[in-house]
Amino acid sequence: MATIKIPPVLRAQAGGAAELDADGATVGEVLRALTEAHPDTAAQLFAAGGELNRYVNVYLNDEDVRVLDGLQTAATSDDTILILPAMAGGN
Amino acid sequence: MGFEDVASVAGGILEWQEQGLPIVSSSNLTPAQRDRYSRHILLPEVGIGGQEKMLNAKVLLIGAGGLGAPTALYLAAAGIGTIGLIDDDVVEESNLQRQVIHNTERVGMAKTTSARKTIEALNPDVNVIEHQFRLDAGNILEVIADYDLIVDGVDNFPTRYLLNDASVRLRKPVVSASILSFDGQISTFVPYEGPCYRCLYPTPPPPEMAPSCSANGVLGAMAGTMGLLQANEVIKLTLGIGEPLVGRLLLYDSLATRFTELKVRRDPGCPICGPDAPEIPESEMGRFPDYDLFCAA
Repeated sequence: MATIKIPPVLRAQAGGAAELDADGATVGEVLRALTEAHPDTAAQLFAAGGELNRYVNVYLNDEDVRVLDGLQTAATSDDTILILPAMAGGN
Repeated sequence: MGFEDVASVAGGILEWQEQGLPIVSSSNLTPAQRDRYSRHILLPEVGIGGQEKMLNAKVLLIGAGGLGAPTALYLAAAGIGTIGLIDDDVVEESNLQRQVIHNTERVGMAKTTSARKTIEALNPDVNVIEHQFRLDAGNILEVIADYDLIVDGVDNFPTRYLLNDASVRLRKPVVSASILSFDGQISTFVPYEGPCYRCLYPTPPPPEMAPSCSANGVLGAMAGTMGLLQANEVIKLTLGIGEPLVGRLLLYDSLATRFTELKVRRDPGCPICGPDAPEIPESEMGRFPDYDLFCAA
């Protein structure tokens, strides 16, 4: 199971968790497992066509999956998947 | 060592100065500045030359609020010679939990004026330029052109994207941070040397994924932590030392007191800094998309 880091803006939809483990051989499978366990996260993560929403960055460890194999990027139990939305607060 | 006409004075340099004997120095620092910045000058990475660089630097802070306040204080203390402040807001009581450059007596005062007063009292070497207006597509190029570096302490997405696009066009480095609740992010964008903000975040999030500090709250100390990291980046860029956060995004979780570093790559498809990004003709330099509509969409 890979570890998923949940950003603060999604924690309410993920049962309040900052970190969850989920099954899957790829980043996409792990994120789908997250949305199955916590359906309210689905709309924020995935667009209607099943691709990742463009405003959500997903990292496998320290690398954006867009520069790897996207949702097909392999994920193992040693990996951390970090969901990173942009943040604009500054004032 | 090649010196000629060498003499030794009992009592060393202090006695020499005491006797009013001439000192030839290539430095433009006054004795008072040498004293004020002595802790910088002692650092091999800074020295007199580095301090002079800082005194000659011009840094623009967009926002004199949560992030701008601590950044401005420490840049002023460091001796950044010109600090521009852009903010059209006034000081409110609720600001004082984190915007430490202001104080209770200044509630109702323009933030740029309040910040200027604090900076001038801290360090008279600093020239503060107030810009009491909001940045928009019509003024941004003219405003940022006069500065060497920009600090992004903006509180909204339209302005962040506008700033990115303009700073890339004019090749101005931007130190960009954001805070919310107990979390912060910071990166440094140097046009064409590393990714730009759009490489990192091609599309702004919908409102429900991007609450504001006034909606969700923010720990006051977060502003200080991230603001000082911004100041640190500005100083490194100004001096050309260390490793700025170019190509790196630093996340800070203050509840866990944990930093996470992520890689940020240049996006080959970036419409702003990518190799296929369209050339902007002179006639289009001041024209930008309608950012409010863009972000609302």
